[in-house]
Amino acid sequence: MITVEHLSKTYGAFRAVDDVSFTCQPGTVTGFLGPNGAGKSTTMRIMAGLTIPDSGSATIGGVTYRDIPNPGTQVGVLLDASAQHAGRTGREILTLSALTMGLPMSRVDEMLALVSLSPSESKRRVKNYSLGMRQRLGIANALLGDPKILILDEPANGLDPAGIHWMRSLLRAYANQGGTVLLSSHLLHEIEIIADEIIVIGNGKIVAQGTKAELLQGAGAYVQAADNAALAAALAQAGFTAGAKGDGLSVDAEPAQIGQVAAAAGLALVELRSADSAGLEDMFLQLTATTQREGVVTTGGVA
Amino acid sequence: MSAATPTAPRPHQHVTIQTERPGVPFGRLVKVELRKMFNTRSGFWLVASSLIISVIAAILVIAFVPDRDISFGIFGAAFGTPLSLFLPIIAALAVTSEWSQRSGLVTFTLVPHRGAVIGAKAVAAVVVAVVAIVFAFVVGALGNVVGAAVNGIDPVWDLDVLDVVYLFVGNIFGLLIGFMFGVLLRNSAAAVVGYLVYSFVLPSILGVLAALQEWFSDIQPWVDFSNAQTPLFMGDTLSGEQWAQLGTSSLIWFWVPMVVGVWAVLRAEVK
Repeated sequence: MITVEHLSKTYGAFRAVDDVSFTCQPGTVTGFLGPNGAGKSTTMRIMAGLTIPDSGSATIGGVTYRDIPNPGTQVGVLLDASAQHAGRTGREILTLSALTMGLPMSRVDEMLALVSLSPSESKRRVKNYSLGMRQRLGIANALLGDPKILILDEPANGLDPAGIHWMRSLLRAYANQGGTVLLSSHLLHEIEIIADEIIVIGNGKIVAQGTKAELLQGAGAYVQAADNAALAAALAQAGFTAGAKGDGLSVDAEPAQIGQVAAAAGLALVELRSADSAGLEDMFLQLTATTQREGVVTTGGVA
Repeated sequence: MSAATPTAPRPHQHVTIQTERPGVPFGRLVKVELRKMFNTRSGFWLVASSLIISVIAAILVIAFVPDRDISFGIFGAAFGTPLSLFLPIIAALAVTSEWSQRSGLVTFTLVPHRGAVIGAKAVAAVVVAVVAIVFAFVVGALGNVVGAAVNGIDPVWDLDVLDVVYLFVGNIFGLLIGFMFGVLLRNSAAAVVGYLVYSFVLPSILGVLAALQEWFSDIQPWVDFSNAQTPLFMGDTLSGEQWAQLGTSSLIWFWVPMVVGVWAVLRAEVK
């Protein structure tokens, strides 16, 4: 179990991590979601003892990372797949880690096979690797010591769709065997497919956390009627706010409630569903709107 | 590999951190750090160059030094200078590459005790230096024998045990200075430049200062580290005062910056 309590880290006047608290339970995949610069990487570096927090604590199984003996065999960490000596071969990088942890060299070949790096690829220097290959090498490095806890920063970044699918099954299997997995991403769709628990961070603060279903509660519904204007009016009368979205409306209500309003008003519906992942996307953008560099105008918001 | 139970996994139960496991022993770290010095092309050739240069130095001595002057001491002087340049750079890069190449992110995650990693690097650098110096002596001895045979003279063995010991100590000092710059600056280019300035520019500045200011010429022996080391390379026997001067000047140029550097390494953010 990973426990983060009231973690804060300031760089000059910039508060990178602001009173962050959360836990990651064994048997679950926890997704750490936030835009670039939200504080995900800083939080994860603090967990791995690479950055000293100003206040608060991050513990793994009740102890700080520093106090874990031979930590590579208990916690698998991937913080930046590109942070490797460019002049070493992929195999050599795994060999160094295996030597440090005191593992048999057969483990290196096992991991290379697991992440589908071919023998010839493993003998190339890392400077000739694509981002996807570096990412596979980084995942192999994190899994090398057969840890039961994984901390992975943007592991899907640079992977092709097949690679993302592979990683998803891998992490799912890890969690199903009782492992604890924390992975970060700035891409919602990566997180929502794989994570049981989602923690949304923006501007160094946690803005939402819970299961996907919990986060979607109150995310509203999407409805499209033959006459959207009439439906919007009927919904407004019933006390629900509706905004234009695509070919239909985004409504702050449960699908059942909308159905009743439409039936009462005698309006024919084309489509009606809960906001689903599109709603989560809107929510994500809204929750992190203040930290978005682009100042994105959310489409699902109240018109 | 943990001793996994053969039974079906029990989620939510047995995943805890085991604090009684053995840690990473220091000897293993030294082995890993030694390997890191050779397993890149640049690292390999840097270490190889320090060996090759001894061979070249021996050949040049045989080719160009007047016949009657060929002696073991000449060979020692010929490889001593290039070694005193290469070894500190090898030591500095062993530290700085963790930051310049960002491999420290993995190194310090696998071994969160950074002091142990730095210590292992220091030991590994000294091991490489000792091997390089021994190699240079062997090449020098061979050169001396060959040079004497070619010129039809008896080989002259004019280095005694103390000379050899001092040459070792002097080179290890130089290497540790390079290592100190690596720890203090944590940047490959800055550490190499720092070492070059220290070893080639600083002595002349201190020399000029001593020539112009009488008060400084009095204290120079106590604060000028390379000056204090000169007797080592000359093969002179050091007096008690000279040892004391070696102590005070090394405090200024090695121990204090080294302690500051290690303190910074232990606290610095690795990213």
